[in-house]
Amino acid sequence: MVLQPSERHYRDWNHRRLGPWCSPTGSPAPLSCETGCGEGSWILVCRLLVPTQVNLLSMEEDIDTRKINNSFLRDHSYATEADIISTVEFNHTGELLATGDKGGRVVIFQREQESKNQVHRRGEYNVYSTFQSHEPEFDYLKSLEIEEKINKIRWLPQQNAAYFLLSTNDKTVKLWKVSERDKRPEGYNLKDEEGRLRDPATITTLRVPVLRPMDLMVEATPRRVFANAHTYHINSISVNSDYETYMSADDLRINLWNFEITNQSFNIVDIKPANMEELTEVITAAEFHPHHCNTFVYSSSKGTIRLCDMRASALCDRHTKFFEEPEDPSNRSFFSEIISSISDVKFSHSGRYIMTRDYLTVKVWDLNMENRPIETYQVHDYLRSKLCSLYENDCIFDKFECVWNGSDSVIMTGSYNNFFRMFDRNTKRDVTLEASRENSKPRAILKPRKVCVGGKRRKDEISVDSLDFSKKILHTAWHPSENIIAVAATNNLYIFQDKVN
Amino acid sequence: MLSKGLKRKREEEEEEEEEKEALEVDAWWLDPGHPAVTQAPPNVASSSLFDLSVLKLHHSLRQSEPDLRHLVLVVNTLRRIQASMAPTVTLPPVPSPPLVPSVADNLLASSDTILSASMASLLEDLSQIEGLSQAPQPLADESPPGRPIGGAPPSLGALDLLGPATGCLLDDGLEGLFEDIDTSMYDSELWVPASEGLKPGPEDGPGKEGAPELDEAELDYLMDVLVGTQALERPPEQGR
Repeated sequence: MVLQPSERHYRDWNHRRLGPWCSPTGSPAPLSCETGCGEGSWILVCRLLVPTQVNLLSMEEDIDTRKINNSFLRDHSYATEADIISTVEFNHTGELLATGDKGGRVVIFQREQESKNQVHRRGEYNVYSTFQSHEPEFDYLKSLEIEEKINKIRWLPQQNAAYFLLSTNDKTVKLWKVSERDKRPEGYNLKDEEGRLRDPATITTLRVPVLRPMDLMVEATPRRVFANAHTYHINSISVNSDYETYMSADDLRINLWNFEITNQSFNIVDIKPANMEELTEVITAAEFHPHHCNTFVYSSSKGTIRLCDMRASALCDRHTKFFEEPEDPSNRSFFSEIISSISDVKFSHSGRYIMTRDYLTVKVWDLNMENRPIETYQVHDYLRSKLCSLYENDCIFDKFECVWNGSDSVIMTGSYNNFFRMFDRNTKRDVTLEASRENSKPRAILKPRKVCVGGKRRKDEISVDSLDFSKKILHTAWHPSENIIAVAATNNLYIFQDKVN
Repeated sequence: MLSKGLKRKREEEEEEEEEKEALEVDAWWLDPGHPAVTQAPPNVASSSLFDLSVLKLHHSLRQSEPDLRHLVLVVNTLRRIQASMAPTVTLPPVPSPPLVPSVADNLLASSDTILSASMASLLEDLSQIEGLSQAPQPLADESPPGRPIGGAPPSLGALDLLGPATGCLLDDGLEGLFEDIDTSMYDSELWVPASEGLKPGPEDGPGKEGAPELDEAELDYLMDVLVGTQALERPPEQGR
């Protein structure tokens, strides 16, 4: 397929910059696609830089692409704060990967098709479509600026040739249709080839316009705008398994929408106290059950998860199940509540488990057991003694996301210093990997990282005090069926693949 | 690791007294051997954390639209710290353990007032933002409690436009509400009575006398609707 000029340059840059593919080095790791976790098994497929608007324009000009590419990578000033990726999501087949950024833009990448000529290119993702989803707004009545940052993107399952996704900022959810156009009508009677109106008096014959092939164009159009339903900041959206409804959750309320109706939504959860002075807890994340369209969960800032059944009542203020782990008395501190605040909740693909991420751990819960999780994984326990500093610099409030792999056997989450962690639930092995420019030669195997807590630091270890807390991996995504992961580090999107693939 | 700049001079004299008191109450908060506590000396830890938390709270409150999660977590942490520092602070001034100085008491008491006043004002503002259909509540703010609630305090800035929400929207308040709103839509020819001569049309004649009153009443009604349900409860006014 032929891409638009800017996108073509972008893809060429990708290939040129990352050089000819080198075959994996080192001995092959004994891995199957089942586990997908372990030492020495992940390789970098490509690193995608979300281009700024400025760079897209300059790329359209006739300038040496290589010169731009090199300066692109060296010069950090090209990357503005608007380019910081704020959400990453694969679609249901894994063919498309969407990112949203702080500037309100959505960039969709498409997987390179398999071809005999370029076997090594398989698994690569290239720009498919870019569009401005949300613009900064000003609420005149309250004199408040509404950020255009995309908080979440969720794909709808594909039902025809077009792709649909939901994207949301703090206040407004939008449904976007992304479709390909490879034909255009030619031979209008009333317009000439440039689109100018013709004088009807000059028309002597009539013809039927025909569709002729054209260069492929990918266009994104907003189909629905769901606005004015949230007083507080939207933190989650989730598409229901009935494919007809979805929910949006803010700090205090959750609303249920029908895709066809934009001027009305149902409020299904409301935890706003009558007297706001009594507010002690907020909603932090929410998700529908993958198979049961009446069931959803939402997490809170106090480390609790509530499972609700919409059949029970219209307003699901009374939960069906309440998941909370009793506090460990040996770990109590001033910061106990803050670090127990859940930043993400995800159903397993099977629908049997939920996974929650709080500041220091990832927990797996069985839906049938409410009093404690069945598994707890320490993400970066060495930070437990640093909580005061992290409170001071506000890092303790960072919201990390967590993801399941396709078979629910491995879970992944991010950390600081551009580290991200994977936990194999079956073998109980875990690995720490790094998404960084310095260490990323194409197709090179990622080396596992280790943080040294105290005592003697070994050669390849990093001490806790050397960690860079400004480099945080908050957003990651896992391909629905293959061992391909996307990791967002500020404005960089890293795509890694299991070497066995 | 702790920011040294946060310490105030007063802390030094409080430290000694508080140290002894703290060890009697809820000692596990301040157990120096505890991994959860910072490397700073335990007697300093809680008061510095308290100051830090108050700073964070104020910073959060000063935002035009505060992050509710951040705010709630900071407030809850502040309450924990406060509870551990002097659990008797909420009681009326009864002779407490002799070692607790009046300075600490005043400090904590005033902080409590500021804290609850700040929280109250912020959360009241937030609930007002949501809609004018809220039950009218007094607009608390950080000033001394004796301040009259009738007029909107000028220091609140943009939230003035929502009115004092006390249910007694005065004429002035109504005017103030619309100061910044573009009313050109209502200044259009449709609303201008024909008698003013801007649009001499077929309306000249019998309908002329009735036009001015009718238009004004409709205008008032429209403004009432725009203001919201509170305004609808008021009796219709006769012009301005």
